[in-house]
Amino acid sequence: MAQELRQPPLGDVHMDRGASLTSFGGWEMPVEFESIKTEHEAVRESIGKFDVSHMGEIEVRGPDADELTQRLTTNDVTALEPGDGQYSAVTDERGIMLDDTVVYNRPDDEGYLFVPNAGHDEELYDHWRSHREKWDLDCTVANVTERYAMIAVQGPESEARVGAVIETARDLGRFKIQSVSIAGVDCLCSRTGYTGEDGFELLCPWEDTRAVWDAIDGQPCGLGARDTLRIEQGFLLSGQDFDPESNPRTPYEAGIGFVVDTDTQFLGRDVLVDATPNEQFVGIELTERGVPRNGYAVESADGTPIGTVTSGTLSPTLGVPIGLGYVSTDHAEPGTEIRVVIRDDRKAGLIKNPPFEHPTVEQ
Amino acid sequence: MSFEIPEDCYYLETHEWARIDEQAGTARVGISEFAQDELGDIVFVELPEPDEEIDQDGELGVVESIKAVSDLYSPLSGTVATVNEAVFDEPERLNDDPYGDGWLLELDEIDASESDALLTAEEYEQQIE
Repeated sequence: MAQELRQPPLGDVHMDRGASLTSFGGWEMPVEFESIKTEHEAVRESIGKFDVSHMGEIEVRGPDADELTQRLTTNDVTALEPGDGQYSAVTDERGIMLDDTVVYNRPDDEGYLFVPNAGHDEELYDHWRSHREKWDLDCTVANVTERYAMIAVQGPESEARVGAVIETARDLGRFKIQSVSIAGVDCLCSRTGYTGEDGFELLCPWEDTRAVWDAIDGQPCGLGARDTLRIEQGFLLSGQDFDPESNPRTPYEAGIGFVVDTDTQFLGRDVLVDATPNEQFVGIELTERGVPRNGYAVESADGTPIGTVTSGTLSPTLGVPIGLGYVSTDHAEPGTEIRVVIRDDRKAGLIKNPPFEHPTVEQ
Repeated sequence: MSFEIPEDCYYLETHEWARIDEQAGTARVGISEFAQDELGDIVFVELPEPDEEIDQDGELGVVESIKAVSDLYSPLSGTVATVNEAVFDEPERLNDDPYGDGWLLELDEIDASESDALLTAEEYEQQIE
């Protein structure tokens, strides 16, 4: 039953560099090069680079590309000029999140490109195509996940380092995307990332990934550090903090109501307009020793079950146990005392508003 | 990559070691260098209280790294005599010095003949190859 794992373009390079590998979203990806702590600190203090080629890419082009994408994502796609990107959610007719994504209006005015999470590219490709047929819209949809590699360069020094290779990168605003040349390779460069630090994401042709990877000097980082960095910021991990099958959530429950624009018409809008969440995505900080992990129960101070942890770690930056999860809205106020059940022990903690660690840039 | 596997220890397949003092009837217990490397940055250790009786292969607590939770098993039966309290405050000792400062606990009232069921350094090295 072992399914063949999809390989990133730099698999061999990572192995030679001493990476340990993990399976994630159907891909075999580096989880750690030096150590999660070392890599995490590199991103918070200087610079780290991640091969995130497991992220999907879908291109939507043609006269109705904007209408199709507008009706399948929750944010307002028509607000995007060429070269603009936006964080968004993809919901179904129940208002349940299928994925979260970044939608770009390509800088060359050639339609839209959006970035599904690892393992969601085929599903969202089908979702776009089937709705194009259903609504009789005129556009092309292409799954270009294995045409584009993606490298995330993150950390306070990323502007200087990427700026040394691409002069125009210094002037690129947050969530903007531009066409650039790196080491002679035509790439798209956006000012985005998922670590809370300033940074860039480079989309480059699969076969030229090595040249781009080598052109940027920085600590190679794996998915382990990516996870601890995003937990410190309170960012969602698709498939773990929400999942249409195992953990169905609306964007409001998941704490990203800011990407829902109910003035636009999109799949699930009419449900979301009237939705009142019973549970809310929160941060948790333990005041006792222990590590909150996915699936652990959360109780109120008097022992009533109120929710579940979905992600957790010992924060490498703060040195305290932190987690993310869902609790009933009447226990979601920051400062509320809670307990996390860890192997039958109740560990005391508090509800906290992420980010636990303050980012260097506005999100 | 080769790992340190001291000759004076016995090993469990689950990567715990025991250094036995036959005359005193005691043993010191920890995890192997291979185990700490697999786990990565260790951030939390949970151990039994002193005077608790433990069976061979019985549960001995939990070690957590940033990425994983791992149960610990006891290489020998015995009574918990001392717990290395320093690893609660500095769990990274398990990474830095798993056979030295990063030891976990000491058992007394052990039966040294139980080591027949454990792996020698050579056998353990073959297992992790």
